[in-house]
Amino acid sequence: MNELIFFFNNVVVAGIVLGSIYAVGAIGVTLIFGILRFAHFAHGDMMTMGAFIAFLLAMAATALGITTPLVPTGFLVLPIAMFLAAGVALGLDKGFYAPLRKRGARPVTLLIASIGVTLIIQGLIRLFFGSGTWSFFEIETKQLIRIPVPLEGVTRTINFTQPQLLMVICTAIAVLALHVFLTRSRLGKAMRAMADNADLAQVSGINTKLVVRVTWVIAGALAAMAGTMLALDVSLKPDLAFNIVLPIFAAAIVGGLGQSYGAIAGGFLIGFAETLSIFNWSVLLRPLANALPFEVPATLAIVPTEYKLTVAFVILVVVLLWRPTGIFKGASS
Amino acid sequence: MTLHRTATLFAGLFVLFTVIGLFLGAANISLLLVQSFAYALIALGLNIQWGYGGLFNFGIMGMLMLGGAAVTFVSFPVNAAFWGSDGPMLLGRALLAFAGGFVLVWGARHADRVGVRGGWKTALTVLAWIVAYIVYRSQIDPAAAYIETEGGGWIGGLGLHPVLGWVFGGVLAAGVAFVVGRICLGLRTDYLAIATIGISEIIRALLKNMDWLTRGTLTVSPIPWPTPIPQNLQAQGISIADSFIYARLGFLSLVIVILAIAFFFVQRAYGGPWGRMMRAIRDNHVAAASMGKNVTRRQLEIFILGSVLMGIGGAMLVSFQQIYDPGAYQPINHTFLIWVMVIVGGAGNNWGAVFGALLIYITWMISDPVAQWLFNGISGWSTDMGWGPIPEIQSRASQMRVFVLGVVITIALRYAPRGLIPEVVKREA
Repeated sequence: MNELIFFFNNVVVAGIVLGSIYAVGAIGVTLIFGILRFAHFAHGDMMTMGAFIAFLLAMAATALGITTPLVPTGFLVLPIAMFLAAGVALGLDKGFYAPLRKRGARPVTLLIASIGVTLIIQGLIRLFFGSGTWSFFEIETKQLIRIPVPLEGVTRTINFTQPQLLMVICTAIAVLALHVFLTRSRLGKAMRAMADNADLAQVSGINTKLVVRVTWVIAGALAAMAGTMLALDVSLKPDLAFNIVLPIFAAAIVGGLGQSYGAIAGGFLIGFAETLSIFNWSVLLRPLANALPFEVPATLAIVPTEYKLTVAFVILVVVLLWRPTGIFKGASS
Repeated sequence: MTLHRTATLFAGLFVLFTVIGLFLGAANISLLLVQSFAYALIALGLNIQWGYGGLFNFGIMGMLMLGGAAVTFVSFPVNAAFWGSDGPMLLGRALLAFAGGFVLVWGARHADRVGVRGGWKTALTVLAWIVAYIVYRSQIDPAAAYIETEGGGWIGGLGLHPVLGWVFGGVLAAGVAFVVGRICLGLRTDYLAIATIGISEIIRALLKNMDWLTRGTLTVSPIPWPTPIPQNLQAQGISIADSFIYARLGFLSLVIVILAIAFFFVQRAYGGPWGRMMRAIRDNHVAAASMGKNVTRRQLEIFILGSVLMGIGGAMLVSFQQIYDPGAYQPINHTFLIWVMVIVGGAGNNWGAVFGALLIYITWMISDPVAQWLFNGISGWSTDMGWGPIPEIQSRASQMRVFVLGVVITIALRYAPRGLIPEVVKREA
């Protein structure tokens, strides 16, 4: 039983947390793809930027004495950070992508432009914050929650940190809000219509410019949220999201580019695949050692820990071969 | 008109290099020249893929790493401790396991010939993959552990001539490009970009962590040069300062010869029937397919050809730097930088690609000292104003080049979307 709880802590909890971060990031990528038809590479750096905005706000809040013992300051300032990041995202569109769209540039050009944006944001972040590591928890402590399991002979507890619990709740709220927005509100329906067929949407009187703006607002806010969650879970550094933008793209593609619900599914799929594949299965096999015909090795992971990041791509490649537009049918560029 | 423009731009570039050379000294500028010409070869490779064929390859870093690994393997001196141990035997068994797994998967994929179809075939293929993976891992893991501890640390090199290593770098890149192309080509642009990035990340993870093959983060050095190194020249009585210049000029001439040969063939191919067909596929692959062209196969061809140039270029860079450090490869320095070169220079025009490579590389390299000089100035000013100096100028300034690169590509896309030396589209009447 202890082994099962170890499995739960290392795979289920970690998978849910990682999956939430991937899902929130992938929704932004997939929305931008659905509306503007290009892969927005700078999403990872929008995440990092959002995390740094939240970090600065948290520092300011701590300095002003606005803290509560209930929630980490990072979560307290998250709404403001999301608001600011949404503004920055709108500014990025106006400064970098809108002029190209106006010229009638192909989506590929926008993709290359987004790499320029990636480099600019990353350069600026490194200019101001150096290349060191920062933490939200230098003053506060990360609270560990232990839940004992009421079974006989069980000594292990189910462990997770308070930020992890909060970020799963935040993800659930964000996903629910997005669902209500997309299915109930006029603007959300307009967005889905435009993702389906932009020309038809424009002809039927939908304000496509407004839809584009709303897309950037949502994507920017979600990017800030995903970035802050990631920074709260691990640590904050300038290339924080650069490594994670690729699994996020993998999640968005696996779910089908342009499909918001697909992105959520893809995010959790990739998150769980990563934690499952680096889990040491020997722990689960050891109690059965007497019944097994072979000797249980000390470590038995599907892939060594160093290769964790490659799992996402292997899944990506397999999905692309097996169903080229993703599990849920995705849009084409 | 275009010829005039090209000549003017190259003359301007020559002046730029001369001025920078006067500031930095002959030894430094010869170093930058060798590297920038090696990057020009890589940019030529991307220009074939993107400019000729319209393929969105974001996995350049992977090809450069393969080239580097190849030249390390071929030209580094033989590691006697490895060959004297049980390592080769264990590796041979791992290789056999790999081959066996390959045959198994291949057989399962062709199981329809013996009457296994549909879902059964899929299940069989998945099973074959799993069995092959387990068999391979069961052989390679102990072999790797043995080599890293008792069997000499890593497999070492073959001690052959570095130019052979460059050739092998091209061959290895071609082989991997064939496999990658078979998997990924046929995907649409954005998907292809992500898939190639993913594959280059997989290649990086493998080369970085296969310590038995590449020594991983322990790095390999010194990798021999194909031309005399400074120490050889010093032994002949040339002063230390001059020896570096002459040695680098020797290396530079070899790089330029290879670049010139590649350029000649690539330029010839552009105007020939093959190049015209490639451009037809790039501009409208549906129309090209309806004219009977095998689009996926042609794209595979061009993907492999471009990757060969990238592999050779990556091998040359590693030879020149004399150190192979898989941990030093970054997508920004080794994929996006080359994209900026081709976009700024002019996709589809080989002169443009070479021009872009030289210009962007020198911009990239001098951004750091220029930013440092600028920051020192601002820091001095802010100290005078009583605000105190800028902390950590050194590390901040070195990050400025990423920012400069981003600004350069943004400006290029906005004001010169077809590049500084754009492709000339000839229209026959």
